[in-house]
Amino acid sequence: MSQDDTSIATPLPELEGLTGAFYGFCKDGELRFQRCSDCGSWRHVPREMCADCGSWSWEWERSSGRGTIFTWTVVVRALHPAFQDACPYAPVVIEMEEGVRILSEITDCPPDELEIDQPVEVVFEDASEDVTLPKFRRVAS
Amino acid sequence: MSEEACIVGIGETAYMRKPGSGMSLLGLQLQAAVRAIEDAGLTGQQIDGIMPFPNLGHAEGFAANLGCRNLRFQSIIWMGGAAPVASLRVAAAAVGRGLADYVLIPAGWNGYSGARARQTVSEDVSSLPGGAIARDFYLPFGFTAPPQWYSVIARRHMHEFGTRAEQLGCIAVAMRKHAQRNPNAVMNGRPLTLEDYLASPMLADPYRVFDCCLETDGAAAVVVTTAERARDLGKEPVFIMGAASGQPCPADEITNRKDIFETGLSLAAPEAFGQAGISPRDVDFAQIYDCFTFEVLQQLEEAGFCKRGEGGAFVEGGRIELGGELPVNTHGGLLSEAHVLGMNHIVEAVRQLRGDAGERQVAGAEIGVVTGWGDFGDGSIAILRRA
Ligand SMILES: [Zn+2]
Repeated sequence: MSQDDTSIATPLPELEGLTGAFYGFCKDGELRFQRCSDCGSWRHVPREMCADCGSWSWEWERSSGRGTIFTWTVVVRALHPAFQDACPYAPVVIEMEEGVRILSEITDCPPDELEIDQPVEVVFEDASEDVTLPKFRRVAS
Repeated sequence: MSEEACIVGIGETAYMRKPGSGMSLLGLQLQAAVRAIEDAGLTGQQIDGIMPFPNLGHAEGFAANLGCRNLRFQSIIWMGGAAPVASLRVAAAAVGRGLADYVLIPAGWNGYSGARARQTVSEDVSSLPGGAIARDFYLPFGFTAPPQWYSVIARRHMHEFGTRAEQLGCIAVAMRKHAQRNPNAVMNGRPLTLEDYLASPMLADPYRVFDCCLETDGAAAVVVTTAERARDLGKEPVFIMGAASGQPCPADEITNRKDIFETGLSLAAPEAFGQAGISPRDVDFAQIYDCFTFEVLQQLEEAGFCKRGEGGAFVEGGRIELGGELPVNTHGGLLSEAHVLGMNHIVEAVRQLRGDAGERQVAGAEIGVVTGWGDFGDGSIAILRRA
C-alpha cells in the first residue's frame, strides 16, 4: 500500500438512532447499555427489542465500567489503511460485569502483556470533535 | 430431504494469481457456468433457475448471456461464503417442487487482480457482515477484517482447550500437500512444511500468513436437477442426501454469543445428517470451508466429526490428509487451491464421488460432506453420495 493511504481517516461511528445515543453517553463520560425493563437482561450492541423476552421497554442503564479481558487479536499487518501506523495493536473483547461483551482496546497495555481474565475499567478517549470512544485500562485484580 | 435432487454438471475456470484472469467478473463466472452446463449435457437456453453469489452477480446478467428462454427461478442467499452450499440446498428444494428444472449456481471473482478484499472492507460498508454494527462498533477500534474477527474465537479456543499453533499448522500443511496432486491448484509445486508454517509472519495473532486463504482469480459452477431429469441426460448424478444451513444467534455481531463457539453449522449439521440418515462416521471425505485454518478445526467439531475441544488432536497425525481417516479438502481448499468462495469445494466433492479425481482420488469414496462458512459464522452443509 502506498504512503498516501495513511492519510485515510480512522473510521468513526455514524451517530444516528440508538448508536448515536450510546456514543452520546460516552461523550458525557458514561458507559451505558440498554437494559430490558421487563426481564432485566442487559444488551450490547443496541437493539430495538429484548431478544430474551420480546419486550420493547428498556432503559439506558449505567454500567459499572468494569470487566475482564475475554479474548483478543493482535493486528500485526493492518487490513485497513487507517490503521497502518498503529500496528501492532490489539482489538480486545471485554466481558463486562453486567454480562455483555464489548469490542474495544486497552490503552495502557502492550499487546504482549494482554491476559485473559485481566480486570479492566472504562476510560474515554476523544476520536474527533463529535465522537468519544469507550476504551479500557488495566486495574489491579 | 428426499433424494430427488442431484448435481449433474460441474465447471471451473483456471485458477490463478499473476497476471490475473483478464476477464470481467461476469465473463469469468460465465466461463465456469458454460462448462458446468456442457458437463451436464445441457444448453444455456435450458437453464431456468440461477442462484448467483451475493454481491458478485445478478441472475439477469447470466440469463441474458446464456440465452435462457424461461428464467423462472432466481434467489441469492446472503450468507457470504456459506452461500454456495446453502444455495445447493435451496436449489434442491426448488427442483423438487418444480420451481425450476435446471438450476445454475455460479460463483467466482477476480480476487487477486480485481478489487482486493481489504479495499472492499474499508470502502464499502454495505458489503460488511453486520453492516452498520461493524461500522459503528468494530471499525473504529481497528477490528476491520475477517482474519481479525475470527482470530479472537481461535484464541479463546486455545485458552479453553489448549489448542496449539502446531495443530493449526497441520491443517495448512495438509491442504498444501493435497494441492501438490492438483495441477489447477495455485500452490501446486510449492510445498509447505510445518517449520515453514511456524516461521511465517503473523497477520492477526494467532493467525499467521499461512493460516489465511489465498487471493485468486477464478470461478466455478454447478447445475442441479432432479434424479428423473438426470437419467434423461445420461449423466451419472451425485445425489444430495441432506443439506442445511444455519446462522448463529446473533448472526450480525460476533462477540456477544452466549456460546462463543456456536456457528451456523452447529445448528445445520444435525439437520443435514438427520435428513441423510447417516452419522459423521459414515463420511469418506470432507471439503470444509477453509477461509482460515482454525475455521476448519472448528467446523470439524461443530459438524460432529469430533467433540468440541478435540479438534486440535483430530487434525494431527495425518488424519485429515489423503490416506487418512477423513481426508479434508482433497483439492487443496481455499488455502492452497484457490479462493473460489467454496464453490470449488462442491466441484471437488462431485469429482471425488464420480471417481474422477485422478491421483488425489479417495479410494472407494461413496459419501462426502461439503461445508460453507460466511460472514460472522453463518454455516451450511451438504451431504452428497455417488449414484
Ligand atoms: Zn427482556
